[in-house]
Amino acid sequence: MPGLITMDDLTNEEIISILDNAEKLLPVARGEVYLPLLQGRILGNLFFEPSTRTRMSFETAMKRLGGDVVNLGDVKTSSVVKGETLFDTIQMVDGYTDIIAMRHPRQGAAQYACDSAKVPILNGGDGAGHHPTQTMLDLFTIRQSHGTLEGLNVVLAGDLRYGRTVHSLSHALVRFGCNVTFASPESLRMPEEIVADLKAHGAEVVETDDLLGQINNADVIYMTRIQKERFPDEDEYAKVAGAYKLQASDLDEAKAEMIIMHPLPRVDEIHPSVDSTRHARYFEQAFNGVVARMALMCWLLGVDVPEDINEKGVAL
Amino acid sequence: MSQEANMRRVTAIKNGTVIDHIPAGKALSVLKMLGIGGDMSNPVSLVMNVPSKKMGGKDIIKVEDRELTQHELDRLALVAPDASVAIIRAYTVAEKLDINLTEEVVNVARCTFSNCITTNPREPLPHRLIVTSREPLELRCRYCGKTQDIEELIDNLI
Repeated sequence: MPGLITMDDLTNEEIISILDNAEKLLPVARGEVYLPLLQGRILGNLFFEPSTRTRMSFETAMKRLGGDVVNLGDVKTSSVVKGETLFDTIQMVDGYTDIIAMRHPRQGAAQYACDSAKVPILNGGDGAGHHPTQTMLDLFTIRQSHGTLEGLNVVLAGDLRYGRTVHSLSHALVRFGCNVTFASPESLRMPEEIVADLKAHGAEVVETDDLLGQINNADVIYMTRIQKERFPDEDEYAKVAGAYKLQASDLDEAKAEMIIMHPLPRVDEIHPSVDSTRHARYFEQAFNGVVARMALMCWLLGVDVPEDINEKGVAL
Repeated sequence: MSQEANMRRVTAIKNGTVIDHIPAGKALSVLKMLGIGGDMSNPVSLVMNVPSKKMGGKDIIKVEDRELTQHELDRLALVAPDASVAIIRAYTVAEKLDINLTEEVVNVARCTFSNCITTNPREPLPHRLIVTSREPLELRCRYCGKTQDIEELIDNLI
């Protein structure tokens, strides 16, 4: 069954078409128009590890489109704790639902589920692997600000080794001819196989540990959280994390249209002083998760998004 | 040393399978991949690290009274993709077989990445490794996408 497991499951044309549909669905996502395109459909939310934005935005997206959602609930009280395999869990939920969104701590779980299921699977994160629905909302946000995805200078910063959002996003950016710069501490560099893949696509990849030096030339700075638990001791963490913090005063020489993104949650890497600058986009980015996931579910379920949303829908 | 002398290090077999041109030192891995161990009754002869014009050094295995199938032999592609295989009947070569490296290696070895979903032994789907490059040999797990270390893969044979 087709699903969205990695960005390789979408052609560039499909990405653009889904982003166009997402844009059309903005009034529905904002609650201004009721348009039950997915009425009668049920989404299975299978989150085997914690999620706030991804799970809630999938749920909001389905409900705004008139569908319903069933949740796995807390893994600790589900049959998973009794030793049920992922295969068996998927067989069960497959029978209950029309489409499944899942997150799992094990890498490869989404592909495994896709090979086990009859309904489409949307990968909401598998270990340190991929997170393509996040990439779609990231691309939507970038295009919304810059009017294009092509030829932009994008800096991905922070934990590039374990941060799955940047793995999927870097693949997609390169396909649209963006110049990508990876700014991270040595120990959290982008995995070699991903860098090799990007180079195989003809991308020029710059790797550096100097984030601040990249600001002036950037069109997009994509920050990620550096997790304390990745470091052997607190001092080492404090030293490294300190070099990957942005505050408003760092942005004086930035391009006027440069945007700062973050998959959230943030800890210290973006100072609240940045929130009120023209560059901050992370809260809009989180909202865009709803439209991106609406458009993805319509695409996977074969439902067309009409051009004239305001006429087809009911104004609220 | 001549080819003939190499082959005569062990006696000719009447019936069975001869696997020649195994990379030097890999014969034990090949036996493991074929599931040939001390618990089988067929005589098995093993020659390791003998000189070879083509390869510098090579290993040879002779398994008596057992004709290995193409499916069994294709498992060897991970360690001995260029090995030559002869089926022997009544002391003569009855058939020559090639080892084929398929586009996907299914249920030969488990992914080596410790956090891959397939590390749960109770998950029932087949272990699938995609061949992304033949020269040099490179495989990736279909599920987690991790590039596999070939030596580690041999430790993970099924």
